[in-house]
Amino acid sequence: MSNTENNTKEGIIYTGVPSKAELAAAPGVPSEERMCQGRVACIECVQGIPCNPCEGACKFGAITIGDEITNLPHIDEEKCTGCGMCVAACPGLAITIVNKAFNQKEATVDFPFEYIPLPEVGDEVDAVSRMGEVLCKGRILSVKKPKSYAGTAVVSMAIPQEFADEVRNMKRLPR
Amino acid sequence: MKELTADVAIVGAGSAGLCAAYQAATAGADVLVIDENKRPGGQLFKQIHKFFGSKEHQAGTRGYVIGEQLLQKVEESGARVMLDSLVYGLLPDKSMGVISNGVNYSVKAKKIIIAAGAKENYMAFPGSTLPGVMGAGAAQTMVNVNRVLPGQKILMVGSGNVGLIVSYQLMQAGAEVVGIVEGAPRIGGYGVHAGKIRRAGVPIYVGHTIKRVFGKEEVEGVEIAALDEKWNMIPGTEKAFEVDTVCLAVGLNPMTELVWMVGCEFDFIPQFGGHVPLHDANMETTVKGVYVAGDVTGVEEASSAMEEGNMAGVAAVEALGYLTREEAQKKKDEIRSRLDTLRSGVFGEGRRKNKEKQIADMETYKEQYKEAADHE
Repeated sequence: MSNTENNTKEGIIYTGVPSKAELAAAPGVPSEERMCQGRVACIECVQGIPCNPCEGACKFGAITIGDEITNLPHIDEEKCTGCGMCVAACPGLAITIVNKAFNQKEATVDFPFEYIPLPEVGDEVDAVSRMGEVLCKGRILSVKKPKSYAGTAVVSMAIPQEFADEVRNMKRLPR
Repeated sequence: MKELTADVAIVGAGSAGLCAAYQAATAGADVLVIDENKRPGGQLFKQIHKFFGSKEHQAGTRGYVIGEQLLQKVEESGARVMLDSLVYGLLPDKSMGVISNGVNYSVKAKKIIIAAGAKENYMAFPGSTLPGVMGAGAAQTMVNVNRVLPGQKILMVGSGNVGLIVSYQLMQAGAEVVGIVEGAPRIGGYGVHAGKIRRAGVPIYVGHTIKRVFGKEEVEGVEIAALDEKWNMIPGTEKAFEVDTVCLAVGLNPMTELVWMVGCEFDFIPQFGGHVPLHDANMETTVKGVYVAGDVTGVEEASSAMEEGNMAGVAAVEALGYLTREEAQKKKDEIRSRLDTLRSGVFGEGRRKNKEKQIADMETYKEQYKEAADHE
């Protein structure tokens, strides 16, 4: 076997992108049902990194890591209000807020963004997948960057509903 | 030669050295920190990303902010910091040779803490001496400290956390990263760091290496190739990229020169970057009164370097009588527990085992030394 055959292997350690199986097993990823009910945190954290700021960022006690700091974050989908405080708190930028009930045709994804220039409300941008592929256009609904986010902006973007499971960010804008 | 004295002299004003200085000076010791750089903080001020860990490790805070807070604490503690000053020698009687602004000093201290850090590994390949090939750490200093972009189109070699983080920061600074090349069959660093790179559209070529860099006066392009299971390049798998910069993030090795010079015993732990000094749980080496902390004891990361610095600082002033055994023990237990947390999980487990081996080897050495002394 050559080392390159691993290029076709799935999974975060080979590609940097969690596989479908890894996402399905992640206790921080909410159910399809919950995403269809409205805004909810989608925590795509699949490796046991010693890290827990998301737990402390949630005012509603919806995120649990527990005493063992390498535990994966668990989302309580009933308690999560989709407020988004955890999005900027995650040092790994692994959390988005997904809402599949935004309107008849569109879903929304709120994601962390640390590049300049920032998009502006109303802009049409390229929405990208976990692999950086441009999947569709996104419409910017809000761009928040309060001091408490410590430099990370959180961008809210509307996208066609069929891309809600795939779109996780936007393409960087030219300087 | 001018003479300077201190209770505790610390070599290096980075993450580990500053924490050691803070602990020792707040306990009441007279502390002198010496650093060859013009500014204190070591690599902390290059770290513009949010740190991992728990609240106690200041997780979620960006590295440079942690650096600013630490510097403030050290200033308030009363520790003296001598910058732009090179420690060129350390003798077994614990006297140090220091040159500062062209003046030679002899520094005499009761306890020495060496927190000299680590340096980047290099990698040789055809074209590796062309201008435009540089260490990832150097590129990080250029963008985050000096605000200069090393290039517009960059290839990164190495997918450990340094390679991943610096790639991200180069993009934040406005460069384009054409890809990350990794010799091993898997990504070395945290998946979440790799995830940021991938969302930005950057491919990560695992099982690949750099074949050559070409260019007349400077880097104009690079060729990579796939590796077989024996790490030999597979002909016909070459890919070429037009780039102006190639960054190497292929590991670090501890800056142990002073530790060798003073006569400490060493371990060889490849995962820690090669030769590392034996030390006990108090961070004291085989030379009594000489302590080590941070990457010089084995390459890890900033948070554990800070905790090792805390440990060495507390232990050194406990030995000098500035802290009672109970006071010191309480602090040491807290530090130990934070260190254990940082060395846990899929990424930390290996480091924890290596550190345990290093400390166990120190115990074995002490036993042998004691036996030898008993026979005399």
